[in-house]
Amino acid sequence: MLSVRGLSKTFGPKRVLDGVDLDLATGESLVVIGGSGTGKSVLLRCILGLETPDAGEILWRDRPLAEGRAEFMDEFGMLFQNAALFDSLPVWRNVAFRLLRQMPKARARDIAVEKLARVGLGPEVADLYPAELSGGMRKRAGLARAIAADPRVIFFDEPTTGLDPIRAATINELIRGIVDETGATAITITHDMSSVRAIADRVALLDRGRLRWQGTVAQMDTAQDDYLRDFIAGRARPMARGPALDLAPDPTLGRE
Amino acid sequence: MKPVRLTGRAAIGLTRMIGRVTIFAGRGLARVGAHPSELARQMLHIGWLSLPVVGLTALFTGAALALQIHSGGERFQAGDVVPAIVAIGMARELGPVLGGLMVAARVASAIAAELGTMRVTEQIDALVTLSTDPIGWLVSPRLWAGVLCVPVLVGVGDIIGIMGGWIIGVQALGFNSTTYLANSWAYLESWDVVSGLIKGAFFGLIVALAGCWFGMRAGGGAAGVGRATTNAVVAASVGILAANFALTGLFF
Ligand SMILES: Nc1ncnc2c1ncn2[C@@H]1O[C@H](COP(=O)(O)OP(=O)(O)OP(=O)(O)O)[C@@H](O)[C@H]1O
Ligand SMILES: [Mg+2]
Repeated sequence: MLSVRGLSKTFGPKRVLDGVDLDLATGESLVVIGGSGTGKSVLLRCILGLETPDAGEILWRDRPLAEGRAEFMDEFGMLFQNAALFDSLPVWRNVAFRLLRQMPKARARDIAVEKLARVGLGPEVADLYPAELSGGMRKRAGLARAIAADPRVIFFDEPTTGLDPIRAATINELIRGIVDETGATAITITHDMSSVRAIADRVALLDRGRLRWQGTVAQMDTAQDDYLRDFIAGRARPMARGPALDLAPDPTLGRE
Repeated sequence: MKPVRLTGRAAIGLTRMIGRVTIFAGRGLARVGAHPSELARQMLHIGWLSLPVVGLTALFTGAALALQIHSGGERFQAGDVVPAIVAIGMARELGPVLGGLMVAARVASAIAAELGTMRVTEQIDALVTLSTDPIGWLVSPRLWAGVLCVPVLVGVGDIIGIMGGWIIGVQALGFNSTTYLANSWAYLESWDVVSGLIKGAFFGLIVALAGCWFGMRAGGGAAGVGRATTNAVVAASVGILAANFALTGLFF
């Protein structure tokens, strides 16, 4: 349904994505993991056309996504890593942003309040402004906005970061529930291995601009890839394994 | 060879820049009426809330103008021209230019800071993912609010400026109140006022355009938003003065 072919993106001298290939079936929930700063967010932004890739193409329903971007966006929802709520609008108008164009205000508000309840935010939050929320509340409000119009494709960028463990588990269940109930196709970025286990049909590990490993959760637990195993187990690794460009040893060191 | 090449490159760069800004403005203006509620909100911010500052500016300018014309006119026994000159000067030049500059300071900065913050916090990207064109939702209402509101501000400023001159004329310069007002209108032609209002529409566009252009292009966190705000105010102010010169040359 959604395919990424040879996607590459550099910022200045920094090669962030280096030929990413990815295929997503309808109704599948893919979780992308990878070290901080490896380009997970950039991958989503490139797919959406918010960032112009240097090379590669994105196919949606076997057509270049660029040709049908408007229709794609009509069925799409996204939770940004920093929530990206509109701070000039109260929370309920944020959540109901898309709905307000499709239905009367009162109904849009009702749905917004109901979606807020699903992410654990009470009706009293509806009339607050984003600046009056805590970080975790903003994240959940952003999640409510992403799912408000029952999208067919949803991207979640770190949905549980900044949440307490119980909330995080609730959000994991919510995301899994949405994928199961509505048959939506989802890409979730996370660092949280319990999220991976709760949400993923398939896991992909992004490393040095490429998808280093892909497979189901069961395959992940038995995989031989040593970086993946350290990632799952949360073991420290020598820092020297970053891209050579970043960590080239300083030639002046140790000369004296 | 080198200076020639540099000049050429600068000229090409400038032309390209003007082209881009023009296309940007055209796209914004073309989306007229896409979001009426946003337009109303922007008209409140850009027009209504600018009234006090524009009014005060006009009041003091009209008053100072009356004093200046009086003392200058006395040198050749023409102190009586105060009402006419104040009215013509306010309507044709000072109302639009000073009003425009005050709006630039107040509004171009606010627009650039708001849109710049939205850009660096990914709110503009979020708009795109919600099937909303940022140009139609953010830029168009602001441009139209500038075009529609600033002429009204200029008109109000003209009246308040003439009143400022009248207060000084009557209170300090010994004019008769009725004669002062009669002389204000007597020499004022409608084109004096209309040309000033047309200038106001252009200045309103320039102000909103500068704010939107730099705000939408902000990057690099809070420092980037700060730069965008500064650039917007500078560009709007210089743009107003340059456009004023061009329009004055065109009109008269
Ligand atoms: N606009 C930009 N300009 C320059 N460099 C950028 C830009 N956006 C991202 N990068 C670089 O791209 C790399 C990947 O960024 P990205 O935000 O995708 O990381 P990430 O994998 O999402 O990390 P995290 O898990 O910490 O969110 C980073 O090293 C960052 O420095
Ligand atoms: Mg990220």
